[in-house]
Amino acid sequence: MLYINGIGIISPQKTMVSREFLPEVMEYTAEYLRCIEPVYRDYIEPIQSRRMSRLIKMGIAAARMSMADAGCTMPDAIITGTGLGSVEDTEKILGEITREEKFLNPTPFIQSTYNTISSQVAIQLKCHNYNSTYVHRTFSFETGLTDAFLHMEEKPDADILAGAIDEMTMNHLVITRRIGQWKMSAVNNLKLLVEKTPGALAGEGAAFFVLGGKRNVSTYAELSDVATCINIRNSFNPEVFIHEFLSRHNLGLQDIDLLLLGINGDSDQDPVYTDFAGKFFPGKSWAWYKHLCGEYHTATGFGLYIASGILKNQVYPEILRLNKVSPAGLKNILVYNHYRNINHSFMLVRG
Amino acid sequence: MPQRIFVTGYGLISCIGNNIRENLSSLLQSRPGTGVPKQIETSLRDELMVGEVPKSHRELFGLAGLLPVEGYSRNSLLGIIAAQEAAACGRLDSHTGLKTGLISATTVGGMDRCELFYNDFLTNDTRNIYIDSYECADSTEKIASMLGIVDFVTTISTACSSAANALMLGARMIRSGRLDRVLAGGCESLTKFHLNGFNALKILDKAPCKPFDQHRAGINLGEGAAYLVLESEDCLLETGNSPICELAGWGNTCEAFHQTASSPDGLGAYLAMKIALEISGLASRDISYINAHGTGTDNNDLSEGKAIERLFGDRIPMVSSTKPFTGHTTSAAGAMEAIFSIFCLQYQVIWPNLNFNERIHELSFSPVEKLVTMVPVNAVMSNSFGFGGNDTSLIFKKVNANNADNADNAVNE
Amino acid sequence: MEELIEKLKKEVIAQLNLEEITPEDINPDASLFGEGLGLDSIDALELIVLLEKNYGIKIEDPKDGKKIFHSIRTMAEYITEHQK
Repeated sequence: MLYINGIGIISPQKTMVSREFLPEVMEYTAEYLRCIEPVYRDYIEPIQSRRMSRLIKMGIAAARMSMADAGCTMPDAIITGTGLGSVEDTEKILGEITREEKFLNPTPFIQSTYNTISSQVAIQLKCHNYNSTYVHRTFSFETGLTDAFLHMEEKPDADILAGAIDEMTMNHLVITRRIGQWKMSAVNNLKLLVEKTPGALAGEGAAFFVLGGKRNVSTYAELSDVATCINIRNSFNPEVFIHEFLSRHNLGLQDIDLLLLGINGDSDQDPVYTDFAGKFFPGKSWAWYKHLCGEYHTATGFGLYIASGILKNQVYPEILRLNKVSPAGLKNILVYNHYRNINHSFMLVRG
Repeated sequence: MPQRIFVTGYGLISCIGNNIRENLSSLLQSRPGTGVPKQIETSLRDELMVGEVPKSHRELFGLAGLLPVEGYSRNSLLGIIAAQEAAACGRLDSHTGLKTGLISATTVGGMDRCELFYNDFLTNDTRNIYIDSYECADSTEKIASMLGIVDFVTTISTACSSAANALMLGARMIRSGRLDRVLAGGCESLTKFHLNGFNALKILDKAPCKPFDQHRAGINLGEGAAYLVLESEDCLLETGNSPICELAGWGNTCEAFHQTASSPDGLGAYLAMKIALEISGLASRDISYINAHGTGTDNNDLSEGKAIERLFGDRIPMVSSTKPFTGHTTSAAGAMEAIFSIFCLQYQVIWPNLNFNERIHELSFSPVEKLVTMVPVNAVMSNSFGFGGNDTSLIFKKVNANNADNADNAVNE
Repeated sequence: MEELIEKLKKEVIAQLNLEEITPEDINPDASLFGEGLGLDSIDALELIVLLEKNYGIKIEDPKDGKKIFHSIRTMAEYITEHQK
C-alpha cells in the first residue's frame, strides 16, 4: 500500500495556483494544450534556472510543490517517468546537427538526457538516495510507481518522490501528427467528444507525488496497486487481468465506484475504453480527464491527481462525468489507460 | 531469506565481437576494437576515435536473422541481436508458464535514424515509418515482440548507468516475487547526436582512451548491446538452467552534485558501491576485481578512484576499465561490462586496462595493465555512473563462492 | 578594446541566459566564475562555443578556459591577440 501524501501539479488547468481541487475549468481552442506555468523563482534560484528548458523547470517546480504539500524534506527515492524527455532541447540539437556539425551548445545536450529532471531535483535537494527514470511511452509513470512499490516493500517507512513529466512542442506535434496521433486542426477541449474524428488532442504536464507507507493528516488517498500490460499478438486478456488484479485486493468488479478512463477524443482509440467499460463496468460511473490536460505519455499523472482529488474531497465534479450514473459512494477508483491498444495500464486508488 | 538472483544467460554485440564467444576471444587477446568511424556519417570523422560495430545497417539485419525492412533503427537491431543470443542461452522460450519480463535501457533510442530523417519528418511523409523510433520504448517493444515477452516490459534511461539500473530493477522485481525471470540490459547506437553532444562537452579523446592514466584525455564513445537473463532460485528448479553466477548486490545513488560532473570525493560512487556490498552480504575484502566505470575523463577517473580508496582502504582489489576495448557504450555499458566481469568469475582472469602508462598522482593505486590469468576470482564489482550523478554498482559472485573467511576452500571448486 | 568589452558583455549575457543581469552590472575586471557572476564549468563550455562562433577562435583544451575566461577583460584581450 502506498499513501499519496503530497501532490504538485502543473497542467493546462489552474492546478498550481490553488490547493483547491479543479478550481476553475479552463477552456481552450488549440492544436495542443499548454501548461499554465508558475513563477519559477518561487521554486528555483534564477542562477540555476537560467539554463533550464521549460520541461525541466516545470518538473522541478512540481516536485517542490509536492514536497511542500507533504511536508517532506528528503525523499528516500526520486523516480520519474517521461515518455519523451526534453523535446525542446532534443529539437535544438537536431536542428543544429542536421545543418552543420559545428558550434553545438553543450547545454541542450546535457538537458536532453531523460534523467535530467530526476537528477536536477536531487541536486536541488542534495539527495543522494536512489534515483531513476523510466522512459517507456505510457508505461513511464506506471513503471516508476511499480518501482515505488518495490521501495516501500524494501523499506516500509520510505518517502518516495514520484513524477510524471512530458512536454509538447509545435515541431513534435507536426511530426507525430503524420502518424495519426493528433487531430488535424485546433479543437475546443470541452467539446472534444462532439466531433468523433480520429486523433487525440495533445497536451502536457508535470505531476509529482510524495508516496509513503503510512497514512497521515495530509494523505489524499491510497494507491493500492499499479499494473502495466503490454498487448503483443493479443497477449493482453482484459477479462483474465481485471479479475486477477482486483482479487489481489479482495475486490470484485462491483466494488469499483468509479472508472476513470483515458478517453482522449480519438475516434479510433476510444472504443477500446468504452468496450472495456461496457463489458466489465456497465451501470457504473465512468469519468474522464484528458479534455483537461490533453493526451501525452504521462497523462496518467494528471489522472492520478484527479482520482486523488475526488477521494480526498469526496466530490465528483460534473466536468469529469462521461455518463449519467452517480456513484453510490466514492471509495474505490480504477484508472485505466491505453495507447494504441498496445500499452494498457491500471491504477487502483482508494479513499 | 530473500530469493537469490542467478544469471543464466547472456548475449552481447560490440566493436570487439558479434557475440559472447567473439567478445571473450578479443578480451583474451587484449585486442581493442576502437578506430575511425566508418559506418556513421559524421563530419567529426577525422577528429574522433570510436568503438563502432563494423557492420552496415543491412548486415545487422542479417545478424538479427531478419529480412531488411523499413522501420528498424540501428539501435533496435543491435538490441535484437544481443537479446536473441541471451534469450537462447537462458532458454527463455521454454517454460511459458513463468512470469518473464524485459527491462531494456537506452539513452538516445532510435536517434540514429531520426537524425538522418529529421528534415523529412518535418516536411513530408516519406519517412513516417521511422517516427516511432524517436521514442526509447521503440527498440524495447521490438525486442519484446520478437521474443514474445509480455509479463512486464519497460525502458530505463539514466544516462550511462542505464543498463546497470535495468539489471538492478530486474533483480528487485524477481526478489519481490513479481517476476520469475527477466531479460535485462541495454542497447546503444552511435549517433551524430551524442557524438556532437559529448564533443561540445570537450570530453572526447581523439586518441585511444587511457582510463586511470595521469595523462588521460577523455572518452572514446562506442556502441553495442548486451542483455542478461536473471532467474530466481525457485525459477531454476523449473527451467533446469545451470546458473552462470549470482547477481548478489546492487546499489543506486545520486551524486546530487552537478549535472555532468562527478564530485571530487566521489560520494555517489562510494555510496553506490557500499550499498551494493551491504546487499550482497560480502565484505570489501571478498571483492576480487572491480570493472570500473573508468571513462578516461579527468573528472570521472579521479572521482571514482577516490571513492574506491575510501571504500576499500589499503586492500584495493584489482581494478581495470574495459572501455579502451569497446569505447564507452553509454546505455549498453552497464550490461556489457557486467558480462565482462562475469567472464572473470567464469574463467578466473582479470582484464587489462589498455593504454595505461602512469598512475594518477592523486591516487594510491594503478589499474591492472596486462591480462591476469589463473587467479582466484570469487566476486566482482561492476560500476556504471551517468550524467546527473546517477551512480549504480553491481556485484556478481560465483554460485558456490563463500565469503573470504572460507576463501581457501572456494578457490579450487 | 573598450568597444569589444561592451560587445562581449552583451554576448555573454545572451549566451548564458543571464536574464537578471545588465551590461552595466558586469565589472569587466571582476571574475566571471566563483565569487563574481557565479558561473560554472558548463558556462565555460558555452563561452568556448561563443568564441568559436562569433570570433572564429578555437579552444581545444577546456582547461585553458580558466585563464581566458577569468574576466570580460581577459576574454577581450585573448580575442584581440588571437583573431585572424
